[in-house]
Amino acid sequence: MEEIPFEEALKQLEAIVAKLETGSLLLEEALQAFEEGVRLARICSKRLEEGEKKISILLRSENGKLVETPFEEVPEKEGEA
Amino acid sequence: MDLFPSASRIHLDRKVFTVSQLTSQIKEILEGTFVGIWVEGEISNLRQPSSGHMYFTLKDEVTQISAVMFRSLNRDLRFSPKDGLAVIVYGRVSVYERRGEYQITVEYMEPKGIGALQLAYEQLKERLAQEGLFDPAHKKPIPLLPQRVGVITSATGAAVRDILHVIHRRFANLEVILYPVQVQGETAAGEIAKAIEEMNQWGKIEVLIVGRGGGSIEDLWAFNEEKVARAIFASRIPIISAVGHETDYTIADFVADARAPTPSAAAEIVVTSKDQLRQRMDELIGRMLSSMQLRLQRFATSLSHLKGRLQAVTPQGMLKLQRQRLVSLADRLERGSFAILQMKRESLQRAVGKLGALSPLAVLERGFALCMKLPSLQILRDAQEVAIGDDVLVRLCQGKILCQVKEREI
Repeated sequence: MEEIPFEEALKQLEAIVAKLETGSLLLEEALQAFEEGVRLARICSKRLEEGEKKISILLRSENGKLVETPFEEVPEKEGEA
Repeated sequence: MDLFPSASRIHLDRKVFTVSQLTSQIKEILEGTFVGIWVEGEISNLRQPSSGHMYFTLKDEVTQISAVMFRSLNRDLRFSPKDGLAVIVYGRVSVYERRGEYQITVEYMEPKGIGALQLAYEQLKERLAQEGLFDPAHKKPIPLLPQRVGVITSATGAAVRDILHVIHRRFANLEVILYPVQVQGETAAGEIAKAIEEMNQWGKIEVLIVGRGGGSIEDLWAFNEEKVARAIFASRIPIISAVGHETDYTIADFVADARAPTPSAAAEIVVTSKDQLRQRMDELIGRMLSSMQLRLQRFATSLSHLKGRLQAVTPQGMLKLQRQRLVSLADRLERGSFAILQMKRESLQRAVGKLGALSPLAVLERGFALCMKLPSLQILRDAQEVAIGDDVLVRLCQGKILCQVKEREI
């Protein structure tokens, strides 16, 4: 369940909030929806914070394959935009 | 009279050309004179057979001239010549001896009044639009929270610096993979198109930024080329185009899934969405909590309401109700029976009064007397009922007297 795409989790969370807001759910259903909403919110928040910053550049090796290498910024050259 | 003076002279020193000689001299004159000329006119009757050469007529209001532009030259044209298009051509006049015809051999052509690039842009834009490459239905959504972002631009240009600057400034935990390409010059379009294809194969890239910093229309030209447009269209990865400045619109911008006015803005799209998402999450969580609270409150209210209603129907409640009813009935009964009693009493008194009026005693009071035979105490109503000498008892109002019949009158 952790692998649910962020967009999907957000969409489901939105649907749950909307459902809770209509007030048409039975108490038990509402509690269940609430619990599910909390779970989704946790997934979304976690996904928002995870990941690491990494900048790399693809360079072509001698055999023509692309190789990912750390990217060091180069000062701007004359005439290039 | 010499009727034909000139004719005789013609006959005297005439020089006869063969057709070939004449044509050859015409060719020499025309081709020697009209070299490197500029001509303006309107294209008509344009055709381009499989040889790839372009044949057309250049005309104005009065006259016309045939023209040809060979394939080796016309393939460098950035716009497509069309019938009715006003152009300025550069070239020379050449004579086609076999048919005795002359034409302009065009070496260069530009649209009149509008730049060639501008025209090429308009034409490609129209063609691709008709093909549906700009159709919103084909646009892929930009992922909200990409973790791997591909960037196709020059490794040394302003665009990559601007993009990285935004990412550093926002402390974005993003992975950026740069595919370096030439962004201007002859090879640029091909490199960009290839980069898009290869990035699609590279995998795990969730969104691509394709672009470059600002420049002239010529500098940005690669992003107006068909192969770049087609590569963008074919990409499975959503593409944000970020070419030049805010005011520059390239064909790539129209095909891309999203257009950023500048490379920095493209980075903002990818990164800021994160801040917005945090806000959105906070909002959703807040709404979820408050709606739940509201719901619980509502439940509590209706619960206490129901409790009240329930109490009314418990045995104790019913007993109380019945007791109240009993009391009220007893009350009514009491009040009702008293009334009856009163009524009876009154009618009794009335009856007693009536009885008094009828009592024999009342008659005796008025002076009448009762006479009874002895010993039977039979009340006498007829004189014949007694004989002379019989004893009778006479009852008066007050007391009785014993009497003896002395006489009778019948």
